[in-house]
Amino acid sequence: MARLDHHGAVSNLLAEYAACIDSDDLEAWPAFFTEQAHYRITTEFNHARGLPIGIIDARNRNMMEDRVASLRQANIYEPQRYRHIISAVRITGNEDRLIQAEAAFMVVRIMIDGSQELFVTGRYLDQIELSGETPLFAEKLVVLDSDKIDTLLAIPL
Amino acid sequence: MNGTRIHKTSEHWPNEGVTQVPYGLYDNSEIYARERERLFLGPTWNVLGFACEVPNPGDYKTTTIGDIPVVLVRGKDGSLKGFENRCSHRGSLLCLERFGNAKAFTCVYHAWSYDEDGNLVGVAFQNGVGGEGGMPDDFRREEHGLRRLKIASLSGLVFGSFDFGVPDLDDYLGPDIVARIRRVLPRPVKILGYYTQTLRNNWKLYAENVKDPYHASILHSFFTTFRVNRLSQQGGIIIDGDGAHHVSYSKLDRPNDSGHGDQEYEAENLRADKDDFGLKDPTILGGQDEFDDGITLQILTVFPGLVLQQVRNSLVLRQIMPRGVDRTDLIWTNYGFEDDDPELTDLRLLQANFIGPAGFISMEDGAVGEFVQRALPGTNGETSVVKMGGDAVASSASRVTEASIRGFWKTYRGIMDI
Ligand code: FES
Ligand SMILES: [Fe+2]
Repeated sequence: MARLDHHGAVSNLLAEYAACIDSDDLEAWPAFFTEQAHYRITTEFNHARGLPIGIIDARNRNMMEDRVASLRQANIYEPQRYRHIISAVRITGNEDRLIQAEAAFMVVRIMIDGSQELFVTGRYLDQIELSGETPLFAEKLVVLDSDKIDTLLAIPL
Repeated sequence: MNGTRIHKTSEHWPNEGVTQVPYGLYDNSEIYARERERLFLGPTWNVLGFACEVPNPGDYKTTTIGDIPVVLVRGKDGSLKGFENRCSHRGSLLCLERFGNAKAFTCVYHAWSYDEDGNLVGVAFQNGVGGEGGMPDDFRREEHGLRRLKIASLSGLVFGSFDFGVPDLDDYLGPDIVARIRRVLPRPVKILGYYTQTLRNNWKLYAENVKDPYHASILHSFFTTFRVNRLSQQGGIIIDGDGAHHVSYSKLDRPNDSGHGDQEYEAENLRADKDDFGLKDPTILGGQDEFDDGITLQILTVFPGLVLQQVRNSLVLRQIMPRGVDRTDLIWTNYGFEDDDPELTDLRLLQANFIGPAGFISMEDGAVGEFVQRALPGTNGETSVVKMGGDAVASSASRVTEASIRGFWKTYRGIMDI
């Protein structure tokens, strides 16, 4: 029963997370993480070989806030938005007061001229803290299936 | 390259020379075919990767020269070899994996097999079956080896050329470029990871972009937005004798000799920290003066498609790979050194946030080439304006110049005969 509760909480967290990004509410994005959370995007190729590089590598919530500030104020990219489709969640572990969860995702990128293309697919490997008022990501590793990023990756996944 | 040159071109260069570049060069399939023939199959050195990517005998890596598939192999005697990744029988790719290890290279199609030097050593059913079929008696395996590459290395960076008449690598690069390559590759390399950025533009638009220091502080406004005041900066552009290759660099001034790079970084750090507009977590602005010369940024290019980048402690090999008239793969190989301590590795990974498809100071480069590509339809016969810094193709202390772009085109024109 406890496991099913976790499942509901984690599914809900992921659904809210995707809705936040897809509705361009990026200022709210860091609040899905614990203060010291690690958010990293890598590829299946690197992940399988233990190569540590990140395409984005934010080691705490401040760095995530800096990234949002940079997107809003400094970086230049064509208007675009994402549509996340996230699979059912697998709870893969329950250690150190953290839930380990895995979910697959697809992200379609929609450009201002109306073109919409499959941008990336991959999986979230999450460590989730359920002890607080709301569940939070203590770690989110985004593993992309492909090595290729079309043009640029501005908005987080 | 042997054989006749078949790809003619209808593109003509304006009399003004390399201060004007015809837009037609970016979307012309005739030009693309001619580049393959003259440039990528011709007397150029193209980077294949790092020697440490194929550490053991039989290890191989597949990559491309231009868009031509090739294989880099570590031989039994430890030497590096290379050949075109195309079976001599009826042209199938030979190696399909990105990395692998093989004793012999056997084609999946009809099992012709080759040794590490590309010699054809086995032909399935060469003598037929039961006295029937098989190759004619005058078939000579030695006449059907793979097309080989000339290979050369510098500081663990491996280059290949289809043209055995290409100048020696050191002569091709010139002493300034050699020194600047050695500078960022002083010790055995450790790979930190890969990714590829797909650009929807002609490869030359990225080659120009990376040789263009003029745009850096304008298009990429991360540092100015966050008021990361750069202490008075020195720097400049080094262009090798013929213009083919370049280095753009900047360094933080040392107020006096006691000033050490690390302290300068910290000073910069603090400014950002105290400013309301600064970063909430400025640790990304930290750094180690690991090459002990105060240089915090070095962008180096080797004609046609190599970029070697130092942004603070983030070190990357980028390969510009044409994939069609209006498609380019930019392959990023992040590296450090085997003897890096965990803190330095961590710093490289953190500062990788500056670069790549999501980089604070580089994501825009993924799109600007496409912005040019998309605007090409109206350019019928027109040219761009490449006059910043005059018409010189020479080193300078100023980075407000397009001299290195002119250098690229000067070399390009020579090899393309256009
Ligand atoms: S194409 Fe390779 S053996 Fe036939
Ligand atoms: Fe740039």
